[in-house]
Amino acid sequence: MLRIENLTVEIAGKRVLGGVNLEVPKGEIHVLLGPNGSGKTSLITSILGFPSCHILSGNIRFNGTDITTMPTDERVKLGIGVAFQNPPQIRGVKLGDVLRHLTKGKIDEVKLAGTTNIPVDFFGRNLNFGFSGGELKRTEILQLLAQRPDFAIFDEPDSGVDVENLEIIGKAINEFLKKRSGLLITHLGHILRYINADKAHVMFYGMIACSGKPTNIINRIMKKGYKWCERCPKVKRLR
Amino acid sequence: MPKGKKTTLNTIEKPATFGPDLDVGAFKRETSPWPPCTISTLPQDIIQRALSVGITKEKERAGTYFQIDHSAVLQAIRKTFRGKAEIMSTEEAIKKYHWAKDYWWKIVDANTDKFTTLAKSKWDQGYFIRVLEGQKITVPLQACLFISTENFNQNVHNLIIAEPNSEAQIITGCTVHPNVQNGLHVGISEFYVKKNAKLTFTMIHNWSQNFNVRPRTAALVDDDATFINNYMCMKPVKSLQMYPVAYCKGVNSRVRFNTILHGDQNSHLDVGSKVVLQGKGSRGEIIARAIASDNAQINARGLLVGEHEDSKAHLECRGLLLSDEASIHAIPELVGKVKGTELSHEAAVGKIAEEQVQYLMARGFSESEAESLIIRGFMDISIFGLPDALKRDIKRMIDVTIGGAL
Repeated sequence: MLRIENLTVEIAGKRVLGGVNLEVPKGEIHVLLGPNGSGKTSLITSILGFPSCHILSGNIRFNGTDITTMPTDERVKLGIGVAFQNPPQIRGVKLGDVLRHLTKGKIDEVKLAGTTNIPVDFFGRNLNFGFSGGELKRTEILQLLAQRPDFAIFDEPDSGVDVENLEIIGKAINEFLKKRSGLLITHLGHILRYINADKAHVMFYGMIACSGKPTNIINRIMKKGYKWCERCPKVKRLR
Repeated sequence: MPKGKKTTLNTIEKPATFGPDLDVGAFKRETSPWPPCTISTLPQDIIQRALSVGITKEKERAGTYFQIDHSAVLQAIRKTFRGKAEIMSTEEAIKKYHWAKDYWWKIVDANTDKFTTLAKSKWDQGYFIRVLEGQKITVPLQACLFISTENFNQNVHNLIIAEPNSEAQIITGCTVHPNVQNGLHVGISEFYVKKNAKLTFTMIHNWSQNFNVRPRTAALVDDDATFINNYMCMKPVKSLQMYPVAYCKGVNSRVRFNTILHGDQNSHLDVGSKVVLQGKGSRGEIIARAIASDNAQINARGLLVGEHEDSKAHLECRGLLLSDEASIHAIPELVGKVKGTELSHEAAVGKIAEEQVQYLMARGFSESEAESLIIRGFMDISIFGLPDALKRDIKRMIDVTIGGAL
């Protein structure tokens, strides 16, 4: 479904991705791990085609179509959606307005909000203004559920979320991804308790250092941290 | 407050402190009078322009004043509201009520500049609106000041009195005939909001590219009284300069100025609001939103003066630049004269944040949809605390303007 080949990207003159190869087949859910600054979020903005991401080489294909130079909104129309880690605040633009645009009247927004534990009075609030860390994550996920992309990317949906809400979010994402494909970025892996992932990838220095069974990789990293990865020959080679 | 002084001849030469100077003698003073009529019998193009500034059929308002050039063509209060509010030309009010003189040129000084001097020496009526004691009127009153003659100079003087314990909304629309390009409108407005009264005043302007506008406004707010002043100008004008002031004289008096400006083409807007906190527990708030496109120049001013130790006010000014040739100069000022007064401001001027556009595009909005959503959001009036019907009307006008202009 998503196939990235040898993708090298610069943002503001700094190389953030150095030849990424990644394939997520249809119906699969992959997990992307990696320490801060390893290039996870840059990979997402590159998949979305934000103008700040200058592609030096490589290409991105989605369902067979080369989307490497396509504008963001056209990629989204093809079926890519992202729940962001740090969404910007937009004064005067209401959550409800965006939700209504996304559902186009086909889904009951209020019901949907219930599944992410977002009260209806949030609809009248300015986008991402005065939301707590957990509320930010939940409204991002809510927007993605309303958008219904075939391929959904979640950027750290579990960081800053309390235990009760983690379960709510985890179940909502799992239910949503049942008939879809996705890429899940997580720092601490908490969300994986609720989601059945097919494969995990570890990013280092703007590249995929290793890929494998999610449980194996996560357990190691949880126990020993990314310091352990740094000693791995695969990572050392990338350096 | 200004002390009463005699108008002297030399003030007719005195330029205003702000805004481009004008030769007030360059405009026509003579025109043919209009006969009295109702709104529905006015020519269709006048009705349409009036509608663009919030002026609608008489039956949708508690009372209506309509002035074209020098002529007060309509001054009527609906039957249900008789004995609750009065609406008439100020010329008639001065004749009818000997006490009206006590409110006349009392908080605006006729010697301020050439425009106030002009309005005193060549006065063309204006509206008198009085909400009677204890009357709470939920349906708005409206006044329209219309110019139908090319290169004309109209000088109105309005007097608005909210008697104790009263409550009302007033919508004023000022505009010109579509054929009018040049001209000068000077408007003196004196507001008296008495004890425990609440007045929501909304003024909407829609001028033309070569038109000049110089309102001079002051409000006196008594104990426990609230004055809310909304101002909106979304269409081109050659030059508009105004700096209305509200004196929070009473104990627990409240003042709020909400301003929405959209400068486009070659518009020069120099618009601000002043709040002077004089009473114990007085509070003030100024919120301004300015959008500049094309070659527009906007000076967005604001001044808070704290004269009482138990007083508090905040000023918020945001400017959005939509063109590299446009400019917005935000000039927020705070003057604390006693300890204990709390004054604060925040001002921000910038263009549309790229990050916001990208975020919305990632939600499937096109680039232009995203920008339009952000601009509409910037003009969000829900923070102004307006009555629902008025909020809907203004929102509709903003949507029409943004939809057409951007």
